[in-house]
Amino acid sequence: MNWGIIGIWLGALLTLCLYSFLYRDNPFYKFAEHLFVGMSAGYWVIYTIFNVLIPNWWDNMFPEDGGFNLVWIIPGIFAMFMLARMIPKIAGLSRMALGMIVGAGAGLNMLTFFQSNAMAQVKGTIFSVAQGSAWDIFSSLILVVGVVSGLVYFFFSKAHTGFTGRTANVGITILMVAFGASFGYTIMARLSLLIGRCDFLLNQWLPTIPRLLGIGG
Amino acid sequence: MANIFVKMGDLDRRIIFVLIALAVIIPMITNLVIPNIVGQEPSRDLYDFVDALPEGSNVLVSFDYDPSTLPELQPMAEAVVMHLFQKNLNIIGMALWPQGAALGQEAMSSLADSLGKVQYEDWVNLGYKSGGGVMIVRLGTSISAVFPTDRDNVPWDEIPMLNDIGSLRDISLVISLSAGDPGIIAWVMMAGDRYAVPIGGGCTAVSAPQLYTYLQTKQMVGLLGGLKGAADYETLVGIEAGPAVRGMSPQSVAHLAIMLFIIIGNVAYFSQKRKKGGAR
Repeated sequence: MNWGIIGIWLGALLTLCLYSFLYRDNPFYKFAEHLFVGMSAGYWVIYTIFNVLIPNWWDNMFPEDGGFNLVWIIPGIFAMFMLARMIPKIAGLSRMALGMIVGAGAGLNMLTFFQSNAMAQVKGTIFSVAQGSAWDIFSSLILVVGVVSGLVYFFFSKAHTGFTGRTANVGITILMVAFGASFGYTIMARLSLLIGRCDFLLNQWLPTIPRLLGIGG
Repeated sequence: MANIFVKMGDLDRRIIFVLIALAVIIPMITNLVIPNIVGQEPSRDLYDFVDALPEGSNVLVSFDYDPSTLPELQPMAEAVVMHLFQKNLNIIGMALWPQGAALGQEAMSSLADSLGKVQYEDWVNLGYKSGGGVMIVRLGTSISAVFPTDRDNVPWDEIPMLNDIGSLRDISLVISLSAGDPGIIAWVMMAGDRYAVPIGGGCTAVSAPQLYTYLQTKQMVGLLGGLKGAADYETLVGIEAGPAVRGMSPQSVAHLAIMLFIIIGNVAYFSQKRKKGGAR
């Protein structure tokens, strides 16, 4: 039995089942969808146990050289607290674990996020004008005008009339250009996935049909 | 004539699906070649940065994706790994996404065999580790503390190429091939901005516009955006008819078809609007 060819056929048939939704909802699509969801859930449970829980928690609690690290019981208890959400009477315990995750995440990200995504961007916008070739300066001016007019569009404490209105119009135009670029990239991404599937069907699956029928090499 | 546009406006969407499928399949069957021209783009910046690294530098490649984005990111991974091998740079592979470790292994081991590179001397795959940004912060103080062994459970101390590496400060460049979160943004925030490690990357086309801001501020040294970015890198590295370059022909034809539909849709919309306005 050639497992490679069975894998290719399974992949091809499931791909066709999923694409059949483009015609209309049907049992083949439903089957492939449910199979995907079920397999994903099973895969992730097993993956998490063997690649996250065991190496990061269990192996630390019971090291290879023997012994027992008592302190590792604490994260285990917090992990159990997370599951407490499923039992209404003790669901409140999960807040302790969630609080710890949110607190640690916020503490770690607050300064870094502000530094990387706000300060660095503001600095980049302000100082970009003063350097580079004539084209770079022109490009930077567009950036500055775009940022300022975009911000004016979201400034609602003054009526969008006169100079403010005209600036806001420039802002919305720039935003539309940005959304257009984003839409174009999204189309490219979706088409890339379609190309990947078509490539699989044409170059991996179709050549197996003559082999199965005993035609050609 | 106006009637045609009205009918076009009400076109069954399934006909559009078929036409898009044909726009993709026909160029693939006919092996249509549309040349991929690489301009002064972020993909060239990444190529130039890698090209300028001294021989023997350590480059950390993080495979932060899974099979759902394989058509875009695997060609990128292969082209980047090939360039790093060609330049005799040491590759330290790892993953923030579980399945990324296996996909990275596939890219590195297949190219290493063909280019005569030796595992543990020229390249190593440390595997997957959970934690995202928090884990990257720890890499800044000690990589071996996070990865005491590689993906195949070989201890850190027994891997010759890792002898002189302590933390992210010993890495000349981090390249994250990212399909989302955790990915490039986590690397920029936690490694680039905290430890001043140069960050380059490749991403799916969907997330590319969001990452351009980091290029303008020099928080990233270069970026490969989607299949076009992968095709650019394949062209720059000299991979002839690689998967991404081959994918650009159906991509371009399908884009033309979509542009045509947008024009037809707009003409139909405005002609209907004018008709209604005239009736009033």
